[in-house]
Amino acid sequence: MTELRKLYQQIMLDHNKQPRNYGRLENANRDQEGHNPLCGDRLHLYLHVDGERILDIRFEGSGCAISRASASLMTAALKGGTIADAEAYFADFHAMTTSSPDAPVDTDRLGKLAIFAGVREFPMRIKCATLPWHTLRAALKGTDTTVTTE
Amino acid sequence: MSEPTGSLPVLTSLDPCEVERIRRDFPMLRERIRDKPLVYLDNAATTQKPLTVIYALQRYYTGENASVHRGVHFLSQQATVAFERSRARLCRFINAADPAEIVFVRGTTEAINLVAQSYGRAHIGSGDEIILSHLEHHANIVPWQMLCEQTGARIRVAPVDDQGMFIMKAYERLLNERTRLVAVSHASNALGTVLPVKQIAVRAHRWGARVLVDGAQAVSHIPVDVQDMDCDFYAFSGHKMFGPTGIGVLYGRRLLLETMPPYQGGGEMIRSVTFERTTYAEPPHKFEAGTPNIAGAMAMEAAVDYIDAIGRSRLAMYENQLLVYATQTLERIDGVRLIGTGTPKVGVISFVMDAAHPHDIGTILDSEGIAIRTGHHCAQPVMQRFGVPATARVSLAVYNTREEIDTLATGLRKVIEVFT
Ligand SMILES: Cc1ncc(COP(=O)(O)O)c(C=O)c1O
Repeated sequence: MTELRKLYQQIMLDHNKQPRNYGRLENANRDQEGHNPLCGDRLHLYLHVDGERILDIRFEGSGCAISRASASLMTAALKGGTIADAEAYFADFHAMTTSSPDAPVDTDRLGKLAIFAGVREFPMRIKCATLPWHTLRAALKGTDTTVTTE
Repeated sequence: MSEPTGSLPVLTSLDPCEVERIRRDFPMLRERIRDKPLVYLDNAATTQKPLTVIYALQRYYTGENASVHRGVHFLSQQATVAFERSRARLCRFINAADPAEIVFVRGTTEAINLVAQSYGRAHIGSGDEIILSHLEHHANIVPWQMLCEQTGARIRVAPVDDQGMFIMKAYERLLNERTRLVAVSHASNALGTVLPVKQIAVRAHRWGARVLVDGAQAVSHIPVDVQDMDCDFYAFSGHKMFGPTGIGVLYGRRLLLETMPPYQGGGEMIRSVTFERTTYAEPPHKFEAGTPNIAGAMAMEAAVDYIDAIGRSRLAMYENQLLVYATQTLERIDGVRLIGTGTPKVGVISFVMDAAHPHDIGTILDSEGIAIRTGHHCAQPVMQRFGVPATARVSLAVYNTREEIDTLATGLRKVIEVFT
């Protein structure tokens, strides 16, 4: 049960049940669909960006606990920050999820997002955690097509 | 026990000792996963292999390896004999009329693509219609869409009801003089529903349409008789019937196969070749370009022998009892909703849970050594029909036991525990 408990930590279960920043953002000026064709997870991310600053960010969609919690924690981390912060988070999150399961995790930089280190033991689930981040990346770049994890 | 003289012996299901003996034939079932005994409930994806199948592969590569239909040397002749013997065995297995009706292919997917590209391109044109059921696997959808793009034909979808049952009346209304082909699965991989293929075929034939049955989920679970069913094509994969991957069968009515153009060109499928002109071999060789999967064919024969040694009616009876037990067990768990509850069914149960998304269910069961499938099962239209993005799917085989279903139930209670 230990690997499993590391994956499904209380914070994650909490964000799955009560996701933060959930729902449509009416005054969004960027939005992006993300899709994981392997499992059918769908995510719609909305941002209200003013210059360099992410004034608001919300998401909607259907997905597993990991992808919902990841989207919830991501929006909580990015709201009110700058695009440069978001890019830095993306890089750190990406580096963490692609590192080997026993590699150290930089909790100072990642904060609560570090709980997703648990997915490294479950290779099939890594994409669940990274889907919101790839969707974010595409939203900031302004691509029009749905991003997929494949 | 005495039986009345002259009557057939009464069929009985398998008893626990027989199932235990069967389990011992499958080395994989002794594996431990995440330090727990493997509970393998993903048989619709692929079944485990009995030793006889594994030995057939080994025997060929260690003592018999040679190509078929080519050499005059001893080994090549032996391999040819064995390859053709397997074909004849498969012919008997599905009660085809003639071994020439058995085409070896890579699997169900290739079999359907062969029919679409060979039969379809020759006989299905612009404005013609192909009827599929709403339950089809992508392997029985995409090849027809490709054909439609090439020819201007179109696809009509025969609906299913809220239990996942084929609606015969609605299907009848779809049939018309433009219907050229009806392609349906014998059993749905996503829900387990068994389709009334014989009745579907009778009705299609009244309109002069041909019938392809995707038997991937049926052959190792229920008796199959292609002549009784009266289908024109029947497709199945070795790896879902205790055989190896990379081999499968397309059954085609001989008269049809004879009129069909080849699918791929190359060696084995020709009678004579000059740079000006090639004449093709007779079926089935016309459709078997290139060196075939010889070891696979031999292992298929072993797989079929294995199934028939148990007896398909008894096997079906046992699996059905297990399905009933598993269905009742799952229904008793809070917040479990079964998708596709119609009968008859093969041993497939698709479900969702209030507590957790199918992927999380799959991960938690995996940590208990229980292998199930989660996702859309390559049948996205089925998911759309039932309004779910994905399901968790338990699929049974003859070696599964009630104890394993109980372990599954314990695992599902753990899912609820983790998520509440
Ligand atoms: C109903 C059905 N049709 C077709 C297929 C495709 O079989 P294969 O991948 O062996 O070609 C499958 C297997 O996933 C199936 O369940």
